[in-house]
Amino acid sequence: MNAKKVFFTLALATLTISLTGAGEWSGYGALELKGFEESPAFNGQENSVGIASVFEPQYYQDWKDGYRAFEFSPYFRWDSLDSERNLVDVRELSYLYVEDNWELKIGVSKVFWGVAESQHLVDVVNQTDLVANPDGEDKLGQPMVQYSLITNLGDFSLFVLPWFRERTFAGEEGRSRSALPVDLDNATYESSAEESHVDFALRWFHIIGNFDIGLHYFRGTRRDPIFSVSEDGSKLFPHYEQMDQIGLDLQYTQGGLLLKLEALGRETESEDFSAAVGGFEYTLYGIANSAMDAGLLVEAHLDSRGAGAPNPFNRDVFVGSRLTWNDSADSSLVAGVFYDWDLGSLSTRVEFEKRIGNSLKLEVELQRFSDIDEKDPLISFSRDSYLQVTLSRYF
Amino acid sequence: MNLTRTSKTLAFQMAAVFMALNGASAEPSEERGLEIAKEVDLRDTGFGDMKAEMEMALQNRHGDVSTRRMSMKTLEVQGDGDKSLIYFDQPRDVKGTAFLSFTHKEGQDDQWLYLPALARVKRIASNNKSGPFVGSEFAYEDLSSQEVEKYTYKYIEDREIDGKNFLIVERYPVDRSSGYTRQIMYVEEERYIVTKIVFYDRKDSLLKTLDFVDFNQYLDKFWRPNEMVMENHQTGKKTELSWSEYVFSNGYTDRDFDQKTLRNIR
Repeated sequence: MNAKKVFFTLALATLTISLTGAGEWSGYGALELKGFEESPAFNGQENSVGIASVFEPQYYQDWKDGYRAFEFSPYFRWDSLDSERNLVDVRELSYLYVEDNWELKIGVSKVFWGVAESQHLVDVVNQTDLVANPDGEDKLGQPMVQYSLITNLGDFSLFVLPWFRERTFAGEEGRSRSALPVDLDNATYESSAEESHVDFALRWFHIIGNFDIGLHYFRGTRRDPIFSVSEDGSKLFPHYEQMDQIGLDLQYTQGGLLLKLEALGRETESEDFSAAVGGFEYTLYGIANSAMDAGLLVEAHLDSRGAGAPNPFNRDVFVGSRLTWNDSADSSLVAGVFYDWDLGSLSTRVEFEKRIGNSLKLEVELQRFSDIDEKDPLISFSRDSYLQVTLSRYF
Repeated sequence: MNLTRTSKTLAFQMAAVFMALNGASAEPSEERGLEIAKEVDLRDTGFGDMKAEMEMALQNRHGDVSTRRMSMKTLEVQGDGDKSLIYFDQPRDVKGTAFLSFTHKEGQDDQWLYLPALARVKRIASNNKSGPFVGSEFAYEDLSSQEVEKYTYKYIEDREIDGKNFLIVERYPVDRSSGYTRQIMYVEEERYIVTKIVFYDRKDSLLKTLDFVDFNQYLDKFWRPNEMVMENHQTGKKTELSWSEYVFSNGYTDRDFDQKTLRNIR
């Protein structure tokens, strides 16, 4: 792929500039150990503790007190079990130009839309990096031109996305994959322009009193592919459709209470649907006369496609808690359960983190699937309950 | 009233007068307290905007120290509380995190947090004022803009310390989510600057002492400390906050304190 070559040549040139520039390097290197509770479900999947290492340096240089800025952040991951989990990516390679009432960002960057905690429904600009973590919080860098106009009536942003990034999936040897592995070399597209289809998005964001409100329209390549089974029935081919999407993200903040809603309507060639996630987060500060905070999170997930939706969070409720120690190690614990009220499937997630000394961070992550129904999209992960321990060193 | 040239004798006489008034009715001492708070505020009005580097040394009771580095920008807002933006540089795992707050004279403040790993701006609950700021002995409310309207006041006495006269004023937080019942402020009469605050917790037990050390004057008017030392008497922990590279008159506008800028700052 030529565009890919251009991309990496550019990245290499940037690296050279960065190494000789007057800006600042920071970043982290991490070592992950991941053990699974059960033996794998499918043929070909490796059955041992997985080791992965990640290196993500970041270079930043600004001028005019941050009104002009250059940022570069490559990302490297190596995985002991699954070659599809090895990844070299450019998370950020951008130039930012800020003026009083507008700003422009050109290059590879990351954009977040949304307010919910348990699912990032309307966050569609960047492709999800599913192999970094199956929770969908990691994103690939997205080439873009982003122009924002800042007015008294809110911020209006136009995104032009000239290159599409395919979703990453675990390979045949990897855990947390579909029953049939995804063939990443044979993705197909609805658009004849394939991955060079130019996608567009418009977004309005405004803060009105206690409300933070965002509206968007997206026209372009759908980030989540649909799949077809190969003729020999051995693998899945991802197919990327075009979509038109409108979406809303809304948060109301009052005292310790946050009320949240994300909703979208989407039209594609194969289906039209709407989906929403909404709920609340309530935080109690200084519980039991300590410095600790405890938060309660409740979010409901709805999808007009019902139990047949390819998204596992279609008719689910999420109940979770966040404990923040407010100590010098910034210790925190987030624990939550997704319950599918149609199918009864349970998915539990616990994340703990704390800093050790000034530059090390320990993260422990537990993901557990239980009572997963045959009809639930999570069924293929049902034997992939895992415990992951990550130690990162920041610089 | 110009108290700076008041002689010692006169100060004593005045203190006696105030004490007498104090005995006669609660009101004069409250009026006097408010008057002092307003004068402190007035003398710090008109700075426009400011930026500074902050270094926090968090010390536990065993003497182990961990440090935080931040930079802060503040914009004075006429008729309301200040806007401020704090950017975290160290420890490195939180580098890039930024905190935007709009304080208000009345009602709750507005706060947003930028989380760099997700490139996410999140509006956060703002009734956490009594919570520790980045694990330090400073609560959010200790560092946020000190608006006159956020407290009621009571003048206690004049006290001479090291040859300088101090106005001792007690203040009581209006907001019920405050972690304090009262604070005792030491206002240095000559410059009308607060040099010490003693905090009492919700049970009215002595909690913390904050000392403002080593003041410099900027723009020929505004006094800023180089160091703020917060000592927690109940836990034995201590946080030293050092300020450096104060710069005033940067020409900041609301634009430098919006959620776009919060996202861009590194």
